[in-house]
Amino acid sequence: MNLELIAYGAFFLTMALTYAIIALGLNVQWGQTGLFNVGIAGFVAIGAYTSALLTTPDDPNRFGGFDLPIFVGWIGGAITASIASFLIGALTIRLRADYLAIATFGVAVVVQLAALNLEPLTGGPFGVGFIPRPFAELAGNPLAFGLLNLAVLSLVVGSTYLLLERLARSPWGRVLRSVREDEQAALALGKNATKFRLQAFALGGGIMGLAGATQAHFIGFIAPENYLPILTFQVWAMLIVGGSGNNRGAILGAVLVWGIWAASAGIVSAIVPPEQQARAAALQIVMIGVALCAILLVRPRGILGEERMISRHLGKLRTPSPTANSSADRKA
Amino acid sequence: MNPQALMDGLVAGSMIGLGAVGITLTYSILRFANFAHGELISSGAYFALLVASALGALFGGMSTPIGPFSFGWAVPVAAVVAFALNGALALLIDWLLFGRLRRQSATIIIMVMASFGAALTLRSLLEFIFTSSPAYYSRSLQIANSLGGGIRATPDQLLSLLVAAILVVAIHILLTRTAIGRSMRAVSENPQLAGVVGIEVRQVIRVVWLLGAGLAAVAGVTAGVLVQIRPQMGFDLLLPLFAAAILGGIGSVPGAMLAGLIVGLSEAIAVQLVGAEWRAAIAFVILVAVLLFRPQGLFGRAE
Repeated sequence: MNLELIAYGAFFLTMALTYAIIALGLNVQWGQTGLFNVGIAGFVAIGAYTSALLTTPDDPNRFGGFDLPIFVGWIGGAITASIASFLIGALTIRLRADYLAIATFGVAVVVQLAALNLEPLTGGPFGVGFIPRPFAELAGNPLAFGLLNLAVLSLVVGSTYLLLERLARSPWGRVLRSVREDEQAALALGKNATKFRLQAFALGGGIMGLAGATQAHFIGFIAPENYLPILTFQVWAMLIVGGSGNNRGAILGAVLVWGIWAASAGIVSAIVPPEQQARAAALQIVMIGVALCAILLVRPRGILGEERMISRHLGKLRTPSPTANSSADRKA
Repeated sequence: MNPQALMDGLVAGSMIGLGAVGITLTYSILRFANFAHGELISSGAYFALLVASALGALFGGMSTPIGPFSFGWAVPVAAVVAFALNGALALLIDWLLFGRLRRQSATIIIMVMASFGAALTLRSLLEFIFTSSPAYYSRSLQIANSLGGGIRATPDQLLSLLVAAILVVAIHILLTRTAIGRSMRAVSENPQLAGVVGIEVRQVIRVVWLLGAGLAAVAGVTAGVLVQIRPQMGFDLLLPLFAAAILGGIGSVPGAMLAGLIVGLSEAIAVQLVGAEWRAAIAFVILVAVLLFRPQGLFGRAE
């Protein structure tokens, strides 16, 4: 009984961590740079489908697969999604702020359409199956399988987190925040705002692609209906709840919102008669939507709020003292 | 190519145009891309459905079809009521959400995100109340009359074109010839300055919501009469609406209508060439082309 509980806990956390990666990607785009992406589901799908194509065994009914190792698929998914974000960013970032939002919304619609209709590439509405799962040979032992997958995902989230924290504290990260806060000032300092925005958008998109790829390999099966606008919406809720601009907030928000989502879905399926479940699921989305709007109104900072970040070299210039403001700021 | 595609494209385009006029008005005066506009189309259609069913149940005669049309007097009356109800709904959302954000001087993108949240909430609420199965104003069938040249149209389709044309001309006159229209254009140019010279900016914002949501309701009723009513109907129209509003030039009412017709015709022609399953991608292709080559749109001014 306890072992089953641990196995379920591992499964739940692994799923939550795949969302945490998406939320980390969104945090680069929105939290740090102020770029609004309404097409998250599209970029996640690009990563998932690319990785599935690269790693599945050869299938005579469609193009590929190429039977490559899983990590090649993950890298491939991240690169493809990053290229797609770069292209859509190059098209819109120099224009008004909300054109990017509209264009990314279009990306999500078109990717969904392509996944449904490009059957020779994506398997159409039936999706792609037999995506190799890490440690698949251990599937007979759910506990070991679950824990090992959780360890892999923790490693991915952990290294993404460390990389992003490092970047956020680097000169590059400071330029991004300056572009977000006051573009005129950044321009006056000789920073090419468009270039920095584009880099951040492509990096964030790549991380979303990586997340899509890891999710696809964890579940072992993908289909177009995994990438509906509700996914975009959930990830936004995660980042806003956790605290946009804060990488730990992104991870916390992902676990929290995914927990609420999974629990409310469980309650709905337990107490609502089967013929009413589609309606009850709609009500579930209403709740999350109202919650998102309420947080935007009441506590736009989210739970953790944005960290104040300063250069890590700045602290060394001052006399080292445990009460110095700079070190307190960094830990806040 | 089948000439019938032209007729279908015009009819679909006039609906897109009506929605795009609403988007372009809210965009230029409230200054954010309202992702909930598609859902206002759906809510308008459902308001009209409720009113039309109530009228049909109270007065049986109102459901009998008028002349050549598929619907009785209940539907036009319901459309007028839905125009008002939908405007009230938009004002309610503005009071609950957007107005509060404006007072907190939220950035444009926070408004866009809030509209995104409002869109999903509204759509799921409609799905919860009315379920996702399609509904109809009338189930009577119509025969399409030949207009010559291999083009056929039902009386309903011709009426929808006429209604769209009348509404666009009316809005254009309202904007260019009346005091409130002048105030709207002033707020769209510069809200602070407009406030300084004594224009009641909040009044203007209320009128914009009423008009935008009202036109969305008319587009929703037209779509409901010609096709069907579903909670997803507005969401499916959202990308064509944005494409048309940007192609026409943000703030231009005739531009939005013309661009709506262009988007509708392109979709209909593309369906003939590449197949109906790619219809939704056409609006995206147009959007990308406009952003690449003429980001200010056909009638917009370069920033």
